[in-house]
Amino acid sequence: MQQSITPQHEHEHHESMKVFGFWIFLMTDCILFACLFATFAVLRTHTDSPFTGNELFEIPGFTAETFILLTSSFTSGLATLAMNKGKVKPLIGWLAVTVLLGAAFIGLEINEFMKMVSEGATISTNAFLSSFYTLVSTHGLHVSVGIVWMIAIMIQLKKHGIQSVTKRKVQVMSLYWHFLDVVWIFLFTVVYLMGVM
Amino acid sequence: MKDFFVTGDPLIYGADAAIVVTVVAIVFVLTYFKKWRWLWREWITTVDHKKIGIMYIICSLLMLFRGGVDAILMRLQLAMPDTKFLESQHYNEIFTTHGTIMILFMAMPFMFALFNWVIPLQIGARDVAFPYLNALSFWLFFFGALLFNISFVIGGSPDAGWLAYPPLSELSHSPGVGENFYIWGIQISGIGSLASGINFLVTILKMRAPGMKLMKMPLFSWSVLASCITIIFTFPVLTVTLALLFVDRFFGAHIFTMDGGGNPMMYVNLIWMWGHPEVYIVVLPAFGIYSEVVSTFSKKKIFGYTSMVFSMMIISVLSYFTWVHHFFTMGAGADVNAFFAITTMAIGIPTGVKVFNWLFTMFRGRIRMTQPMLWTLAFVPCFLVGGATGVMLAVAPADYQYHNSYFLIAHFHQTLIGGVVFGYLAGLYYWWPKIFGFKLNDRLGKWAFWLWNIGFYVCFMPQYALGFMGMTRRVYTYGWDMGWAPYNLVSTVGAFLMGIGFVVQGWQIIYSIKRGERDLTGDPWNGRTLEWSIPSPPPVYNFAKIPEASEQDAWWEMKKKGIKPTATSYEAIHMPKNSGIPFLMSVCWFIAGFGLTFHWIWIGLAGLAGVGICLLARSFQYKTEYYIPAKEVSRIEAMYRRGA
Amino acid sequence: MKKLAMAKTSLLLLLSACLLAGCDKRFILLHPKGPVAQKEYDLIVLSAILCAIVVIPVLALLVFIVIRYRDKPGNKATYRPEWNESKWLEVFWWGIPIVIIGVLGFYTAKTTFALVKPPVTNVKPVTIQVTSLDWKWLFQYPDQKIATVNYAEIPAGVPVQFVLTSDAPMNSFWVPQLGGQEYTMPGMAMRLWLQADKPGTYYGSGANFTGKGFAHMKFKVVAKPQSEFLAWTKQVKKTAPALTKEGYEKLARQGLAEKTAFSSYPAGLFEEIVDKNGGKYMSHEMKHGHGHMHQHDEN
Repeated sequence: MQQSITPQHEHEHHESMKVFGFWIFLMTDCILFACLFATFAVLRTHTDSPFTGNELFEIPGFTAETFILLTSSFTSGLATLAMNKGKVKPLIGWLAVTVLLGAAFIGLEINEFMKMVSEGATISTNAFLSSFYTLVSTHGLHVSVGIVWMIAIMIQLKKHGIQSVTKRKVQVMSLYWHFLDVVWIFLFTVVYLMGVM
Repeated sequence: MKDFFVTGDPLIYGADAAIVVTVVAIVFVLTYFKKWRWLWREWITTVDHKKIGIMYIICSLLMLFRGGVDAILMRLQLAMPDTKFLESQHYNEIFTTHGTIMILFMAMPFMFALFNWVIPLQIGARDVAFPYLNALSFWLFFFGALLFNISFVIGGSPDAGWLAYPPLSELSHSPGVGENFYIWGIQISGIGSLASGINFLVTILKMRAPGMKLMKMPLFSWSVLASCITIIFTFPVLTVTLALLFVDRFFGAHIFTMDGGGNPMMYVNLIWMWGHPEVYIVVLPAFGIYSEVVSTFSKKKIFGYTSMVFSMMIISVLSYFTWVHHFFTMGAGADVNAFFAITTMAIGIPTGVKVFNWLFTMFRGRIRMTQPMLWTLAFVPCFLVGGATGVMLAVAPADYQYHNSYFLIAHFHQTLIGGVVFGYLAGLYYWWPKIFGFKLNDRLGKWAFWLWNIGFYVCFMPQYALGFMGMTRRVYTYGWDMGWAPYNLVSTVGAFLMGIGFVVQGWQIIYSIKRGERDLTGDPWNGRTLEWSIPSPPPVYNFAKIPEASEQDAWWEMKKKGIKPTATSYEAIHMPKNSGIPFLMSVCWFIAGFGLTFHWIWIGLAGLAGVGICLLARSFQYKTEYYIPAKEVSRIEAMYRRGA
Repeated sequence: MKKLAMAKTSLLLLLSACLLAGCDKRFILLHPKGPVAQKEYDLIVLSAILCAIVVIPVLALLVFIVIRYRDKPGNKATYRPEWNESKWLEVFWWGIPIVIIGVLGFYTAKTTFALVKPPVTNVKPVTIQVTSLDWKWLFQYPDQKIATVNYAEIPAGVPVQFVLTSDAPMNSFWVPQLGGQEYTMPGMAMRLWLQADKPGTYYGSGANFTGKGFAHMKFKVVAKPQSEFLAWTKQVKKTAPALTKEGYEKLARQGLAEKTAFSSYPAGLFEEIVDKNGGKYMSHEMKHGHGHMHQHDEN
């Protein structure tokens, strides 16, 4: 907090403040998801056959999504490790793998939604589906934003290499990505597993 | 076109004309005096917290004017029974915009103005933690407020109350675009508020001057800390609530609808989980201001500093556990109501403690009747009575009688005007010379003060009585039968007195710009905290040399010990560069909000894409800072010293 | 400054004088006409007195301090700029509000639990189902199978159980002289006990904003002796028209309505209204009021 004011120190101080600020942002995002979960919890029974979770959700689909997202969290961890070793190429490589896995996840999710819609289960069918689509697609939107962001960081890494700013960006990005993973684990449990049970 | 513009009301045609004339006049003046470039360089792209604070203040005073006009129109309509001045629809729109504007577009920016003005100066920092984000917060607020306000002439104003309870605010009962304006106006500015909350929290936690431990920090900074924590915990709830309402209205979902299994009561719960802490968000900084003012103008250390800090933190925590008292009458069950009644009353305890501490700061002090002190002294009785009626309202069974009556209206106006507005005005008068370098005229200020105060009691005391007579809020008309007429008439007179008080304040500002007493010392009030150790208005970097602050009331101690804030040699100062992106990104948000309001999906998506491009553009910027060379710093400092 | 404080004190005194004396019959909250309103009134008075115990001395203290410690030449009052803490004073002013809130909290909880029960238990209560519509009130008498719009008649001295719902945006059912209000919510059936001690006509209104016609949602509750009440129900049964399904749909459309009575209504209308607005998804407890109220259903 009270550092001597050399330019180098000041710069690092700024970068660490940004990471701290991002932690707080994640906390707010956490509250945002908590509210959506609460809404879902209230409305999840407000539906009639054939639009119940049991009849709509397909186990292989959401299991694959879960598996892919968990793996992407792992690869983003590998990216951070590469960064800490100061290796740019593996860093960009693992980020690319993470992006691809993220894209695959989004693809599967869109596929799942389209299937449900074709069965007549749309967002305006009933309260359960309204809260389901809102909750799951808010997470999906977060993942999509993360993908674009990660690509931007990869380009910047190529341009500037590993230095204090890019380092901070990768650090913050991976925090975000792990956070989405944690949210998904809750989604997987509360929405899908409890839905098919 | 007929659906696009609001037509058919002479009041609105008048406003249309006024808006066109004002815009033309502004464009003309800027062009004639060749000020466009100045406007862009000095203001629109600025990341300087002091300038951002000034822009917040201007907007918030404009919004106070708009909200005030709404209030006057309502009081005119209610002055006599069966008045035909406004129709029901128009009245409903006006009370909706009055409430929304006063809380979200007047109180919030006023509060952020004071955060911006004071926090970095008070903790000895050169700017906030994230200056670029700070600019973004302001422009998001600005365009959110703009979007909300244009509903007045385009598309139609929202009319479902300031919290827009569904199903009234759902498509089924409000098919127009008014509620969409409401949702997007608040949503866009709300993102800015949340960002400000994070920004100031990090600023306070990470950027304090060397030696300033948390428990040595000035109480205003503490109050901002408490307020920011509350913002961080509650604004996401608002974001979700409004987003869900929009999902209902835009995609035909059934989250809060009557049909399809939706649950409107969930909205009421969610919105008050934000709404109740929101009033503490705005009142806590006011408490901080009172603490600073009382201590300065009693020439005495604040009494019970530790108690003051703890009471604010208790209030901030308790504020999450009281939301149900806004709807005891939902009948959630005796156990729930009893719990929330007691938590609500419990908030009265730390608040009461603060009042005692303020009183005992004055006790054995030397009280100077300056303008900030006047407002503070007026606050104490006003807030005491407002707080007492608050405790009365917290008594759940009695609330079944007060709820939604004018008793409630009188209560929350008394806490919000007596607590928040008086506090912010005290802060405005207190820190004005710091930001602008001159004081606001005393004589006009006293006129305004008495008009406001007398007007306040004349306006709101009769409303308590009306509550006991069974008058409910939000009725646009009433009859002769219940005996409400005389009290309403008196109340209207009071509203006009307050309105005149506001006009006098406007005149006071204009007058003082020309003839206000200049302050060359930087410390016109004989202040106690660090902001008074630097010149007014402060140089762009605030502190040429970051001060050491090891004592509470650091500047007071420095003065006592004869330490001068000036230095003999300076170092280069690291500063953030200006940026146009916050402005452009907020314009894009505005376009997105406008498009989605009218269901013009492509415009909405284009706006959102613009937001994305702005975010990426910023991400690719690496040279966002610059240095002010040491020579330049010593030149500026020498200039200031010559001035003094 | 002195003037300011004095003006405020006198205003306050005036207000509290008004409250305590209940100077005018038009202050209907202060003239309760039934046991529920009476209990609420007692709490209003208690809380006002407890608050006054703090507020009035503090105001006096403020006036005293401001006068005594003004910064003017020749002021001989003590000046101690460094005196900023006192453990005993702090204990004192944390203690006082805690005690007051404790007392008030106790009585609040007690009354809160009392009010979910019928005011008297030795008389068989009457049930009235209330539906708020845009912008009128529908009252159904499930025991007598009659219905009224924009007015209700009740027997005096008998506890009345109002069961509240809405087929429109949420409103609030309020008859101040008989007792406090409760929300009428779509998809729920909430219970509210009221009772009129004496025959009379009592003012009622919707208290939660519902749009354009909200200001006109006033109604009268007429309390009559039991025998006259019975005669009235018989009279309605005999002379009034029936409320049909279509009639209800017409009534439910947005607009104002005149006072009317109906000799009958479609069976199960009230339950149907609750169910279609989401009631069918609510747990039994939610739908029919909270557990504590529910216990007394069978009375």
